[in-house]
Amino acid sequence: MKVVAKKPESLTEAKYHYCPGCTHGIIHRLIAEVMDELQIREETIGICPVGCAVLAYNYFNCDMLEAAHGRAPAVATGIKRLLPQNTVFTYQGDGDLASIGLGEIMHASIRGELITVFFVNNAIYGMTGGQMAPTTLLGQVTTTSPYGRKKEDSGYPVKMAEILALNQGSAYISRVSLHNPANVIKAKKAIKKALETQKNREGFSMVEILSTCPTNWGMNPLEALKWLEQEMIPYYPLGDFVSKKEA
Amino acid sequence: MKKVLMKGNEALAQGAIDGGCRSYFGYPITPSSEIAEYMARKLPLLGGVFLQAESELAAINMVYGAAATGARVMTATSGPGMSLKQEGISFLAEAELPCLLVNISRGGPGLGGIQPAQSDYFQATRGGGHGDYHIMVLAPNNVQEMMDFAIEGFALADHYRIPVMIMAEGTLGQMMEPVIQRESVPLLTDKPWATDGCKNRKPNIINTLHLSPDVLEQRNMILSDKYQEIKRSEKKAETFMIEDADYIVVAFGLLSRVAKKAIMELRQQGMKMGLIRPITLWPFPDEVIHQAAPQVKKFISIEISMGQMIEDVRLAVNGMAPVEFMGRIGSVPSPQEITRRLAQMVEGEIK
Amino acid sequence: MAQGYLEFDVARCKACELCVYFCPREALGMDKHRLNILGFNPVTLIKAEMCNGCGICAMMCPDSVITVLKE
Repeated sequence: MKVVAKKPESLTEAKYHYCPGCTHGIIHRLIAEVMDELQIREETIGICPVGCAVLAYNYFNCDMLEAAHGRAPAVATGIKRLLPQNTVFTYQGDGDLASIGLGEIMHASIRGELITVFFVNNAIYGMTGGQMAPTTLLGQVTTTSPYGRKKEDSGYPVKMAEILALNQGSAYISRVSLHNPANVIKAKKAIKKALETQKNREGFSMVEILSTCPTNWGMNPLEALKWLEQEMIPYYPLGDFVSKKEA
Repeated sequence: MKKVLMKGNEALAQGAIDGGCRSYFGYPITPSSEIAEYMARKLPLLGGVFLQAESELAAINMVYGAAATGARVMTATSGPGMSLKQEGISFLAEAELPCLLVNISRGGPGLGGIQPAQSDYFQATRGGGHGDYHIMVLAPNNVQEMMDFAIEGFALADHYRIPVMIMAEGTLGQMMEPVIQRESVPLLTDKPWATDGCKNRKPNIINTLHLSPDVLEQRNMILSDKYQEIKRSEKKAETFMIEDADYIVVAFGLLSRVAKKAIMELRQQGMKMGLIRPITLWPFPDEVIHQAAPQVKKFISIEISMGQMIEDVRLAVNGMAPVEFMGRIGSVPSPQEITRRLAQMVEGEIK
Repeated sequence: MAQGYLEFDVARCKACELCVYFCPREALGMDKHRLNILGFNPVTLIKAEMCNGCGICAMMCPDSVITVLKE
C-alpha cells in the first residue's frame, strides 16, 4: 500500500483557525511538503506576518517567529545574516507585505537577501474583517471601499511580482495560483524553486500566491476560486518573472 | 591594558565588541553615526555582521531577528531614530530578547537640533512604545563609562533577557578622553529558547501575540516580576558630599560632571551642596534620594531639557522637601552658569 | 485501475466541499448523518469503488483532512 498524500511532517497537529475553503491551508501544506522533500525542517526558521496567518507559528513544525506588521523581511534579514546556513522564510499577506511593509520587502529584494518570501495575495484584509488592500482590484467592494475601489481615491492594485522582479537582487520571483489542481501543482514547483534558490545562495526569492478569502469576498469556497480565476488572474498574470538560473 | 585616547562613540562601539557583540544593524544619524562607522570597519574583521538598514524601523526589527538567534546584537541612533524604533522595542521587551540599544541624544522635538540634550528621558525611562514594559537605561558620564557600560549592558541584557539602553548626550559621543580597554568578556551564555533551527529539540516559538486574556495577563505578570527583581538589585547612583548637604543637585550624564564643578565652587563659598548622579535611569535610584530627603532643604534637578527627570526626583522625595528645576536647551551649560543660578536659587534660604 | 483508499481526519473538516467538486470520479460527498466537533457535516466516500487514489482531493483540501493510499 503506497501513501499518495498525507499531512507532511513539517506541519504540526494543530487544527487551522482559517475559514472553510481558505487557501492559506493549501499554501501551508505545500510549503511543508517541500520542506519535507528538501529535508530542511530542522534548519528552517519561519516568520509569520500580522494578518490571518499570524497564528501560523502554531502550524509549521519548525522554529517560528511572529513579526510586527510588515516587518517580517527585516526580522528574516536579522536571522539569515546571523545564521547563513539556515533556511529562512517569511509568510506574509497583502496588507503585511504590499502596504505597511513595502519598504522592508523592497530593500530585502534590493539587497538580494538570501531569504524566501511567500506572499499570499487575496486582494483584501482578512483578519480585520474585509478592508481594502493595496492589491484590491478596481471596482472591488470591501468594507473600506464600499462603493468599489476607485483609482481616483486609492490608485491601482499593486503588482508586487513585477515590481520586485526589477531589482537585480531578486533571483527568483514567480506568481502562481491555487484555483485548480494543475495550478496547485505549479505552485508547489515554484515554492520548491524558491527555497532551492535560497539554498543555492542565488539571491532573493519570492512566490506571490493568488489566494481566496471566501468569508470577506462573500462567496462560497468554490465561487471564490472561480472569481480568482476570472477576475484576479487577468490583472495578476501568472508565471516566473525572474529566474536567475535560466537568465 | 594601555590607555588610549578615544572618541565616546568609538569607545562605546569597542566596548560592545569587547562585550561579545558581533552584529550591528543601524541607520546613520548625527550625532551617533561614528558607532555605525566603527562597526562597519571592525565587525567584518571579526567574522561579525554589519548591516546598514533602510530605516531605524527596519533596523530594530533586524535586531529582533538577530537577538532571536541568541546572538549579541546592537543598534545605535539618536532621538528621531529611537522614536521610529519604539514599536520594535515593545516587541523586544515582550519577547524578552536581549540586545543593546544606544541613544546618543540630540535636541528635540521634531527634527530638533544636533546639539546635546537629555530630553529623551521620558521616552527612555517610561517607554515610547505600547504596553506595560520597561527596558534598563544606563547613563554614562565619561568616555570610559561609554566603553564599560556597553560591556556591562550585554551582560545585563543576557542575564535578565531584556533590552538595555545606553543613553548619552551627543557631546559624550563626540568628545575624546583617554580610556583603558577592558579584557573581552567570555562569549555567549546558553540560550535554549533561541530560534536557530530545531535540530535535536522541539521547535521554539518567539511570539508576542496572546489572544487569550489569561495568557496575556500571565505574560505581564512574568514581565512585572522581572522588573521588580531588577528594581531590587540593579539601581545605581553616584553621590558626592550629600552627607551634610543642605541642598542636593540631581543630575545625570555629562551634565553631572559640570554640576559637580559648580557644587565644589559653592562649597568653597560656604554652601553645603551635594550631588546625586543617577547611573541607572531605569531602574531610577529613588532610595538614595529618599534617604537623603529628611535633612535636605531643597533638591534641584538640573537637566538639558524642559524638566523630565524632575518628576522621578519628586516621586522619590515624596513631599519631604521642595524640588526645583534648572534647565537648558541645546547645549551643556558652563560650570559658571550653574554656579550662578544655583546660588540664586538658594540665596534666600542662606541668611 | 488501481484501487484508492482514503482516511479522513474528520475533526479537521470544515465542509468547504472543494474535494467533492474536484474529485474527477465524483467519489466524495458530505456525510449528512453526522456532525464533527466543529459542527460541520464532514466529507465521506459515497462511491468508494470509484476512487483510484489520484490524490486530487487531498491536493485541494485546505485543512489536510485526507490521507490517500493506493495499492
